[in-house]
Amino acid sequence: MAEPAPLLEVRGLKRYFDASPSAFERLFRGGSRLWVKALDGISLAIQRGETFSLVGESGCGKSTAARCIVGLYPPSAGAIVFDGIDVGALRSRRALALVQRRMQMIFQDPYASLDPRWRVRNIIAEPLTTHGVVTDKAELRTRVGDLLQQVGLSAADGDKYPHEFSGGQRQRISIARALAARPEFLICDEPTSALDVSVQAQILNLMKDLQRQFGLTYLFISHNLAVIYQISDRVGVMYLGRLVEVAAADRLFRRPCHPYTRLLLETIPRLDPQGERDPVAGEVPNPIDPPPGCAFHPRCPFANDRCRQERPELIEAEGTLVACHAVEEGRLPVEPRAA
Amino acid sequence: MTASEALLRVERLRIEVPTRRGILVAVDDVSFAILPGEVLGVVGESGAGKSLTGAAVIGLLEPPLRIAGGQILLDGRRIDNLPYEAMRRIRGKEIGAIFQDPLTSLNPLYTIGRQLVETIRTHLDLGSAASHERALSLLREVGISGAEQRIDHYPHQFSGGMRQRVVIALALAANPRLIIADEPTTALDVSIQAQIIALLKRLGREHGTAIMLVTHDMGVIAETADHVAVMYAGRIVEIGPVRTIIAEPRHPYTVGLMQSIPRIGGRRERLRQIDGMMPRLNAIPAGCPYHPRCPEAFDRCLRERPDLLAAPGSEAACWLYDRVPAEADRAAHG
Amino acid sequence: MSELATASTAATVATPASAAPGRLRRFVDSDVLWSFWHSPVAVVAAIVVTVIVVCAAAASWIAPHDPFDLASLSLLDASNPPAWLDGGNWSYPLGTDNQGRDVLSAILYGTRLSLVVGVSAVVLALLLGVTLGLIAGWRGGVVDTIIMRVADVQLSFPAILIALLIDGVARSVLPRDVQAEIALYVLIAAIALSAWVQYARTVRGSTLVERNKEYIQAARVIGVHPAKIVLGHLLPNVLGPVLVIATINLALAILTEATLSFLGVGLPPTEPSLGTLIRVGNDYLLSGDWWISIFPGIVLALLILSVNLLGDWLRDALNPKLR
Repeated sequence: MAEPAPLLEVRGLKRYFDASPSAFERLFRGGSRLWVKALDGISLAIQRGETFSLVGESGCGKSTAARCIVGLYPPSAGAIVFDGIDVGALRSRRALALVQRRMQMIFQDPYASLDPRWRVRNIIAEPLTTHGVVTDKAELRTRVGDLLQQVGLSAADGDKYPHEFSGGQRQRISIARALAARPEFLICDEPTSALDVSVQAQILNLMKDLQRQFGLTYLFISHNLAVIYQISDRVGVMYLGRLVEVAAADRLFRRPCHPYTRLLLETIPRLDPQGERDPVAGEVPNPIDPPPGCAFHPRCPFANDRCRQERPELIEAEGTLVACHAVEEGRLPVEPRAA
Repeated sequence: MTASEALLRVERLRIEVPTRRGILVAVDDVSFAILPGEVLGVVGESGAGKSLTGAAVIGLLEPPLRIAGGQILLDGRRIDNLPYEAMRRIRGKEIGAIFQDPLTSLNPLYTIGRQLVETIRTHLDLGSAASHERALSLLREVGISGAEQRIDHYPHQFSGGMRQRVVIALALAANPRLIIADEPTTALDVSIQAQIIALLKRLGREHGTAIMLVTHDMGVIAETADHVAVMYAGRIVEIGPVRTIIAEPRHPYTVGLMQSIPRIGGRRERLRQIDGMMPRLNAIPAGCPYHPRCPEAFDRCLRERPDLLAAPGSEAACWLYDRVPAEADRAAHG
Repeated sequence: MSELATASTAATVATPASAAPGRLRRFVDSDVLWSFWHSPVAVVAAIVVTVIVVCAAAASWIAPHDPFDLASLSLLDASNPPAWLDGGNWSYPLGTDNQGRDVLSAILYGTRLSLVVGVSAVVLALLLGVTLGLIAGWRGGVVDTIIMRVADVQLSFPAILIALLIDGVARSVLPRDVQAEIALYVLIAAIALSAWVQYARTVRGSTLVERNKEYIQAARVIGVHPAKIVLGHLLPNVLGPVLVIATINLALAILTEATLSFLGVGLPPTEPSLGTLIRVGNDYLLSGDWWISIFPGIVLALLILSVNLLGDWLRDALNPKLR
């Protein structure tokens, strides 16, 4: 039996930002165009009902990927296919609106993602009125009230303004807004990174409950590996605009393949540290001028000449997709981590 | 730990802020001590008062916030009531500070060399050549390679992790005996965090510098601190050795906190959560401030506020650990 | 609504039970109002402005005489000093000018005119400036560049000069008989056109900042039409500083009008504003009839000072960092 078609498919997605000096300057002082390669060709497929996470450090392109997929940035290259529809090829506002209704986003900063001058009930009702889902005022109020209760607030909170709520509560309001028009696909851009640990637990539990209740599909972006571990079905690790490993969550954490994944898992502070660690030196390079070949080779203990010249593609290796020459050539022993 | 041994002693510190609706207490009856060379972690969620405590120690409380009670003693001398000039001399020379955002801790208009030398010359009596040498050696010590060239660079030419190292170098410039670090790794990537944590530990060991590490991240505390104080609603609810508190927390808030931290390994089930939120300063409940959210609360908790009581392995501000056996018994079985 | 959701999250967040207060209650309770009552300068300034505005608005009812009714003027009463001096008389409390017009009445009507011109000019400048600023900030690119360059060029000229220029052009272009009728509108337009730039720049700056904020991105993701985003989300959030500028600009507009009238290129002498009165009185200043220009001058100064002080207070009160 063939696998069901993925809900979201991304092929060769690239997003470059122009960081060149102005045309004027280039005329007089020479110098060529500079591009920040925020996303340098990623491909992935997300199945209906699953939680797919993108993890990586700052500058790896995960937020850019989220924004390209949801339509905030136009891609520089590549295709985004939602339920068989090539989003990039859509021309009319109406066609685009149909896709927008099914795909929504939750943002990182609870303090900036709600309009400070709007009442909460209007914020939550906006998707409903924009897409004409509900026109009757009384019905609108009821729907908004229901949504507020579903995220753990009360219907009376609709009359208040965002600044009257704490960070965690605002995030709940954001979730209510995102769910208002009953989307199928939710992109969550670091939704708990700005929240305290105990509030984070509440929000993550809420998101899991809502997923079960409404059959949602999540694309979850985070830099926090422990959170990713809790919530994901599959994980994609990004480094400098590229996907370096894609695997099922428990496999990734038990048997990480790519050297960068291993580095990440090694360096997260542990609650039960096993003695002194020797952290790997080096930092993420500048995305304007990425290293040739494999982007990770300057920090990689397994780099060879091929790594310095040739960019690795994602290959299948023991149930994981990895972009690493060392794994391909069998140089890298794959041993399970002591959990 | 006798009074003479501790480098920093904070006794019953109380910080208030007058507002037009009355006086709010942001930090209430906080006491702790740090020995030379020791790292004390102060952990809590936003609004718990941990940053304010750090700011009070270093004398950087912004008015209208003010110290309304208690004392802060550095080496037995009171420093909370010093005039501005005297505090300024202590700040930098004996107490160094590292704040969260390295981008705003450094002046973007001056080279880091100039900022370092300025700090060095303010507190130490060194000529310009000697100061320059010291600046170079500080940069090398914090792990900045190519110090001779980079000393003339501007802050924007460094990456986030490197900038934080420069800030640490600045904090160490006058050889302080105590460093207050307020969320020093929060704005940094995970792999850089590890490097900075290792650096702080090494420096602490080598120079005998005590560190007061304020953060919300238990993982950082676990890796760096010797002792930890857990704060909630402006009070310390539990204090003790780091290993004990993490492995066997006693106060119900600490228990709830440790349970809500997602961890890698083990079953991926629903996270345990603490219902509700930390009370706002103008709505702190009577009795124990945690009682509305506490699964173990009984009637004494609603009436009386507990001081820190001896619990197995640590001190916890919780009536469950009151010495009166009848009460403790009732609580355990009630 | 499922059991699951209620069970898991119902008790998690306790919000205060009281219903949210209405708009009026919020305003009354707000920090802004509190800071107003606690700032003596603001209160005094507000009182002064209110008194002046009310008197000016009620000019037709409270003025003892009608200074424009030529028939009621009597040359015998010309050049009377103020009532409390020798030769004065209480039916002309502040004296009369060289034609027998009551100075007090002239001030009342003149203030009304000055206020009308000032407020209209500010409103017009605001509408123009905010609109252009929003467009420039939202669209960016070429549109932004064009608007901002025009603004930059205009800023390099003093406002008075621009107003003079526009006025002068209008005079030369329009036929004589039309001029007198529309002089008022030309004046208002001239002052407005000299002042729109500040609004545009401020609004453009704020727009550039707010545009990248996540609540705007959220609106785009939802699929809200760009015009609705700009008017519904952006506009309310960039208006704050505009209010402060408008208040301070009001004083400037009144002063500009007074200056233009003083220079003779503002309102015609048949409809004197405060500026015209001062000009007319100027001729007689040195001959000893000081009251003709000093009193209008005092009223003008008080008005502008009070409006400025109110504007200062407003700026500080609305600045969250100072609270």
